[in-house]
Amino acid sequence: MNQRRAIVSVIGKDQVGIIAKVTNVLADNKINILDISQTILQDFFTMMMIVDVADNKDLESLQKQLVKVGKTMNLNINIQLEEIFQAMHRV
Amino acid sequence: MNIGLHEMLETIRMVQVENLDIRTVTMGINLLDCADSDFEKMNLRVYEKITTYAKDLKEVAEIVEKEFGIPIINKRISITPIAEILGNATKDQAVELAKTLDRAAISLGVDFIGGFSALVHKGISKGDQILLDALPEALTVTERVCASVSVATTRSGINMDAVRQMGIIMKEAAEMTKDKNGLACAKLVVFCNPVEDNPFMAGAFHGSGEGEVVLNVGVSGPGVVLNALKRFPDADLGIVADIIKKTAFKITRAGELIGRVVAERLHVPFGIMDLSLAPTNAMNDSVAEILEEIGLERVGTHGTIAALALMNDAVKKGGAMASSYVGGLSGAFIPVSEDNGMIRGIIDHSLTLSKLEAMTCVCSVGLDMIALTGDVTPATLSAIIADEAAIGMINKKTTAVRLIPVPGKTEGEMVEFGGLLGRAPVMGVNPFSSEKMIKRGGRIPAPLQSLIN
Repeated sequence: MNQRRAIVSVIGKDQVGIIAKVTNVLADNKINILDISQTILQDFFTMMMIVDVADNKDLESLQKQLVKVGKTMNLNINIQLEEIFQAMHRV
Repeated sequence: MNIGLHEMLETIRMVQVENLDIRTVTMGINLLDCADSDFEKMNLRVYEKITTYAKDLKEVAEIVEKEFGIPIINKRISITPIAEILGNATKDQAVELAKTLDRAAISLGVDFIGGFSALVHKGISKGDQILLDALPEALTVTERVCASVSVATTRSGINMDAVRQMGIIMKEAAEMTKDKNGLACAKLVVFCNPVEDNPFMAGAFHGSGEGEVVLNVGVSGPGVVLNALKRFPDADLGIVADIIKKTAFKITRAGELIGRVVAERLHVPFGIMDLSLAPTNAMNDSVAEILEEIGLERVGTHGTIAALALMNDAVKKGGAMASSYVGGLSGAFIPVSEDNGMIRGIIDHSLTLSKLEAMTCVCSVGLDMIALTGDVTPATLSAIIADEAAIGMINKKTTAVRLIPVPGKTEGEMVEFGGLLGRAPVMGVNPFSSEKMIKRGGRIPAPLQSLIN
């Protein structure tokens, strides 16, 4: 099966419901989550999700929805295709 | 292998905090087949060819930048040096063609179109002379057209007749745009050893060794390098070089990927990746500040050349491995008006014109975006160009001159050019005349390539 992987990154102050709200947006867009990792550094919440966007051509609208959620919770949320990270960090 | 959290954070920090961006994707388009003895036909063909080939450039670049989350600041076009297709056109027609290029750029939504150019390092043909004559007006009546003139190469020497003309042309261009602080000169570069695949403005053109159409990419990222160095304040210089190398590698990889994706989606071959560190006026996005971080109290002081040489070489070493095709100017740009650290160096009397000249011996590209007093003579401008061309010719490297003799301004005043072009303190020049040498004209012969001391 063809995958097109993107990374959703969430950075901000830790609070209740971050994962719930972000995954809701993803579920609404029928996006499968392949991997989640998160850490909390001095109250600073950092989460990274690897998702499959093979069926979602329009990343821009997804980004908009995520930014909207981010604004309500004062979080910085981005979605970027995984290749950019592979290019920068893997030889 | 999966990406780790800290790696993800590093990329995001580079983009959001440290101004990592793709400075430009530049589409090179060959216009030789547009040449026609009937000027109207040629004019129309040029417009049609550019607007057809580059019709999706802006849109595709914008989609890619969103998908990968890395901004592409400029979308640009470079074209065959226009002097090569002018043929029997008149000066007014050449100006008309410049307007056509401007119209094409505006309709496509690209930021700049470069290649209103002539290569006259050995001699000046009829078309070249028409282009030179048209330059001041063409750059005054257009907004996005960039021009360059090659006056010297290592293999052919320096064409001092062209150098003499360029001093006069720059002065005239500045005078015609005096209400905008001589802005026309900010779009005019005089080269020694120009490259055919440079994606950066104002010196981009699509050389005759290039194909029909190509996509070249220029990255940027002084802010990323600066911040990487800040994390190792006590490292020795070998490690400093290593940090710059590693950072340049990552920046270049990002650029290479974006360039390849844009090229693929436009169905255009990917040309080269230009590794230049190009500063902007954004906070901490300065090449001068990297030199200061290496350990200079202010850029321009003793040690500046050594620090710059180290940095420039490390950027190339890191970048060269990260990209399959490196080209363009690849080095560090030191434009004054576009770099807050350079501006501060001049204001604090640490950085002088002479030191800037010396810096161009060890980095790309040359005396760039420097504002000079309004009373500078054409002969002095020509002499500055000649000096810079000599540096390039002897050192077998590209050098360039982009000077703005700002009408009516005196030393120490600050002038604004706006946008990416920034602002610059006006600098004075040596008051003694170079008139006699410039008046002699002729050519400075090509230098020996051996006996190299």
